[in-house]
Amino acid sequence: MLASLPARAAVVSVLFFLSFVAVWHLATSGTGAVQKMDPEYAKLMGQTATQGTSAMPGPLDVGAKLWEHARRPFYDNGPNDKGVGIQLGYSIARVLLGYSLAVLVAIPVGFLTGMSPLMSRALDPFIQVLKPISPLAWMPLALYTIKDSNLSAIFVIFICAVWPMLINTAFGVAAVRKEWINVARTLEVGTFRRAFTIILPAAAPTILTGMRISIGIAWLVIVAAEMLVGGTGIGYFVWNEWNNLSITNVIAAILFIGLIGMVLDLILARLARLVTFPE
Amino acid sequence: MSTFDNPFDAKHELTAGCSCGAHASQAEHDHQERSKTLQEVAASEDRRFENVVAGAVMRAIFPQDVTRRAFLQSVGASTALAAISQFFPLATATEVFAQGAGAIEKKKLSVGFIPITCATPIIMAHPMGFYTKHGLDVDVIKTAGWAVIRDKTLNKEYDAAHMLSPMPIAISLGVGSNAIPYTAPAIENINGQAITLSVKHKDKRDPKSWKGFKFAVPFDYSMHNYLLRYYLAEHGLDPDKDVQIRAVPPPEMVANLRADNLDGFLGPDPMNQRAVFDGVGFIHMLSKELWEGHPCCVFAASREFITTAPNTYAALLKAIIDATAFASKAENRKQIAEAIAPANYINQPVTVLEQILTGTFADGLGTVQKVPNRVDFDPFPWESFAVWILTQMKRWGQIKGDVDYSGVAKQVFLATDTTRLMKEVGLAPPAATTKTFSIMGKTFDPSKPEDYLKSFAIKREA
Repeated sequence: MLASLPARAAVVSVLFFLSFVAVWHLATSGTGAVQKMDPEYAKLMGQTATQGTSAMPGPLDVGAKLWEHARRPFYDNGPNDKGVGIQLGYSIARVLLGYSLAVLVAIPVGFLTGMSPLMSRALDPFIQVLKPISPLAWMPLALYTIKDSNLSAIFVIFICAVWPMLINTAFGVAAVRKEWINVARTLEVGTFRRAFTIILPAAAPTILTGMRISIGIAWLVIVAAEMLVGGTGIGYFVWNEWNNLSITNVIAAILFIGLIGMVLDLILARLARLVTFPE
Repeated sequence: MSTFDNPFDAKHELTAGCSCGAHASQAEHDHQERSKTLQEVAASEDRRFENVVAGAVMRAIFPQDVTRRAFLQSVGASTALAAISQFFPLATATEVFAQGAGAIEKKKLSVGFIPITCATPIIMAHPMGFYTKHGLDVDVIKTAGWAVIRDKTLNKEYDAAHMLSPMPIAISLGVGSNAIPYTAPAIENINGQAITLSVKHKDKRDPKSWKGFKFAVPFDYSMHNYLLRYYLAEHGLDPDKDVQIRAVPPPEMVANLRADNLDGFLGPDPMNQRAVFDGVGFIHMLSKELWEGHPCCVFAASREFITTAPNTYAALLKAIIDATAFASKAENRKQIAEAIAPANYINQPVTVLEQILTGTFADGLGTVQKVPNRVDFDPFPWESFAVWILTQMKRWGQIKGDVDYSGVAKQVFLATDTTRLMKEVGLAPPAATTKTFSIMGKTFDPSKPEDYLKSFAIKREA
């Protein structure tokens, strides 16, 4: 009589969502204390002050705002005011560029370090020091040396996305079963052939896991980087709306950021499934 | 003497300082002249160019100001104008003059700005067409903070930018960045800042009770920082020991005030009015009450830009000066508020901007105040402003050792250039480049900066 597990999970998810929205609606619908002011003065004041409405928007406001953005995602009112679709496009383009560069560097380097225990030990201290540095700590340095804010943002994506991939690639390559390598050796397989037909497929799931971690980090970083340098992108959009203290728009942007992040992660998860093999 | 002057006004001198003698102070005189003369002078582009040319002719005919005034008083302005037009082709001369000198080297420019009302001339020049009028295609780009605008301008991503008036001085001196020769050829706005306190301090209006307060200013190198320190020090509080002053980007000021993370700030508008609008703060005092006519933000460009593209620079500066003149007229302010409010520019409710620009505003304490010159616009970069800024930089230990006050002031605040270009767009600049002014009742004499510095009880040892 019980429905399948996914169906039940979906029902529970919907219940969670509805109760969250209900609590949110109740929490923001109350009105606070209202001071008496004369009408001329009240005309110059905002709603929070005159009607005591909460400064935090309710779910209905946010829903209306989301609909407004979804209906007109690609408008362009000049360099500082573009639709949310265009802004997301800029962010995705930056992330993909920085991320592709990171893939191009991290996978070959990770491969080499994984295959050579000497290099692996020699590079380890550098990787360990560079890995935990916050993207925003790189930003001033990048702006100062690269002298271009757009390239700086891409560089920051690159530098933050490179480490998980590098470490995972090196680990995956080093952890290939010794028996397989030994079989290859007894069959006198050349180094290149060994790398591409044995090690790469064997390490692929670990490498893909690294890539999946990295894309998540890259998407986290872009918002912060764009808030800092401004100009275009979803991070700039958040900053611009914050400047106007428009929390409704900020929440809408947060939802969009979450959705895109989820899509990026799903794509990498699909790719990872393609290369997994049963042992 | 007013910046915007009419050569056919008998009451005016064309050559030297304040003349009419009807006003108690220079500032008062300036203000009245701005609101009065400017309205007619700046009425139409053509008439303004005509005025400049005519002014030059008048000066040539009557080298002695006294004779000119006597002549005008005896025959009247219109007769004089008719008489001069008889033997000098004013119309032709005006036309030749209006077309300008050389070709513009670079038409497509980017100018950075911070979304605050100080940037009004830079911003409004875009929607209201002042850039196109001077043959430029300018993108005005909103920027996230002062450090970023500095870096992007130094990177040459921006050709010119909106900066706080102490910033070009700091950049030129290499304080807080590499030393790069920088210039401030035009002041954006005068006045227009305020001390805003959290509503919970409504009854603490005496600065002496502010010990332990947390204040915010937009940047270390800002007039806001120096004015707040000055104000606190005059009331006996040491700004480094008795209170905390941090640099907080303007948009974060209101959010922090709401979160109870700040007790107050000396910030740029629209943030002061926005704090009132959202019911989190009240305006304790307008910055004009500290120093009537103080500079705040400037239009800044690198010396390299000026030397490599002089005609572009001149056209850009003319557009800015032109916009500034337009903004200084009270009747244009509502229209400007509407033009700069959209998301592409300042991104604030029109009501908030209107209150700031028209000076009829809610103060957060339940009254509507009417202060028409709450913010005002006057492009002339007085060198004495730069000297004052340098004294305060030294006072608070941002620069040490001997300072070449007038040398730096001359290099950064390009009063001479501005004078020339103001004449070209049909405005009459003041003849001097320095003046004395008074801050909280204390007179500042730009020729004696060291003595001024010594006169303060609270300062950092140099």
